[in-house]
Amino acid sequence: MPDSPSNLEPALQVENLHKRFGELHILKGVSLSVAHGERVALLGSNGSGKSTLLRSSLRLIEPDEGEVRVLGKSVRGLSFRKLRAVRSSVGFIFQKHNLVPRLSALSNVIHGTQGRSGCPGSWFQMFASQKTRQDALDCLSEVALEHVAGRYVHNLSGGQSQRVAIARALMQNPEMIFADEPVASLDPEAGLQVMELLSRLATQKKISLLFTTHHLEHALQYSDRVIGLIKGKIELSEQTKDLSLSDLRGFYE
Amino acid sequence: MSSQPASLPPRISMPHPVHTVLYLIIIAFAVTSLRGAGISFDDLSDGFPEMLRLIDEMFPPDYSRLERIGGLLLETFQMAFAGTLIGVLVSFPLAAFASRRTAPHVIVYHATRGLISLFRTIPDLVWALFFVATVGIGPFAGTLTLAVDTIGFCGRFFAEAMEETDKGPQEALTALGASRAGIFFSYIVPASMPSFVNTSLFSLEKAVRSSVVLGLVGAGGIGVELKVSMDLFQYAEASMIIISIFALVLIVEQISSAIRKRILDA
Ligand SMILES: Nc1ncnc2c1ncn2[C@@H]1O[C@H](COP(=O)(O)OP(=O)(O)O)[C@@H](O)[C@H]1O
Ligand SMILES: [Mg+2]
Repeated sequence: MPDSPSNLEPALQVENLHKRFGELHILKGVSLSVAHGERVALLGSNGSGKSTLLRSSLRLIEPDEGEVRVLGKSVRGLSFRKLRAVRSSVGFIFQKHNLVPRLSALSNVIHGTQGRSGCPGSWFQMFASQKTRQDALDCLSEVALEHVAGRYVHNLSGGQSQRVAIARALMQNPEMIFADEPVASLDPEAGLQVMELLSRLATQKKISLLFTTHHLEHALQYSDRVIGLIKGKIELSEQTKDLSLSDLRGFYE
Repeated sequence: MSSQPASLPPRISMPHPVHTVLYLIIIAFAVTSLRGAGISFDDLSDGFPEMLRLIDEMFPPDYSRLERIGGLLLETFQMAFAGTLIGVLVSFPLAAFASRRTAPHVIVYHATRGLISLFRTIPDLVWALFFVATVGIGPFAGTLTLAVDTIGFCGRFFAEAMEETDKGPQEALTALGASRAGIFFSYIVPASMPSFVNTSLFSLEKAVRSSVVLGLVGAGGIGVELKVSMDLFQYAEASMIIISIFALVLIVEQISSAIRKRILDA
């Protein structure tokens, strides 16, 4: 992305975010920001509210209180159509790849255009324009999977599937990617490959990256800053270069 | 290791007193049903030679009207096929409204569910009588009956297939900005497709079996021919009809299970 006035604003700005599930107060006034092109690792034990925070940022869950600005736009009170426009420029990688089974890898990557277009050309590769199909193939080569373009995704390995999900996110031309424990269901080697890939793409394409993880080494190696969440409150925010593994271990105690 | 030795459970545990009472009620009802159903061993033993005579007269089957019967058999199958096809096509949008995952509003959901249940709970012979009375005697009444029957069956199972799809891909597509229609066509439909095909094939088999009976009330097909043969004591011809029905049902079931296998293995 070239420098533009909107780049003066952070890619993600969360202010005083609250979320309750019934009696449970999960997010208790969270504020944080992710700068353009910055890679941020979000740490926190299970149940501390990391997934809730990421989902609330795109209103996949409705937050109760607080402000979220994504790429300079406040998401609060947006109409569904405008919300779709904001979502279309943000990639979201889940712990599970969440690909559509019984469709080819190419069709799944083409799904990345659905935020911009509502026509059948964004549903199945057979209806897509030649340019869209070529773009999707290019996204697959970014994740080194151009050779599986025609394969059904339910026949791919876990690591390959997660990389197809990343290609689907790239198809959005995202300015930012959220990744919620993207490697938690992968074996160590595939997990490393996926983290490496996410981090390299973020750096090369100046995509902001906010990822959650339980691998402290991943947090140290692939982030510019580490944020720590404890029981719904931010308790740590440090430049990664100033942190050591034992600092991070200490944070969990 | 636990300090207490584990004890074996008893071989038979006595049922709870409430259950005992329920069992007794069921047994009592079963006994009265046997009486209410008019079961009579005298009638059975009187009728037995009659059955043997009838079966004896059925053989050898009378092949002389094979051509006419073949035509009726084709009509029967066409009724079943057209009825299933119409039913499946109508079931598809109905199911989208009748599935919690895709219904646009909870009122629409309940209304569509109710309609589908109504189609299902009224027996097909009642529908056939209704359509014969309204559109007249003939295969069209049968086709409509089978379409309604199919909607009752497929509408429900299509909706359930959609509800059983994994929430993950739906959330992922929502997160990247997909519209509701986009999610429906690009995810819910392909993910439920094996189930759709399976249910539709079952529905076709079911329709072929019911289409035979529909003729008895004048809703087209071969059923009426069978009834006439029986009424005129043309047992050799009746047996020919029964054998051809049997062949039709068997062929349809074989083909449908072959298709099912290919699709589900893909
Ligand atoms: N939809 C929901 N309804 C009720 N409780 C929820 C829901 N989603 C999450 N929670 C609860 O919120 C807490 C935080 O969950 P989550 O954000 O997934 O934590 P993390 O991702 O840090 O492990 C958990 O205790 C979880 O049970
Ligand atoms: Mg989580």
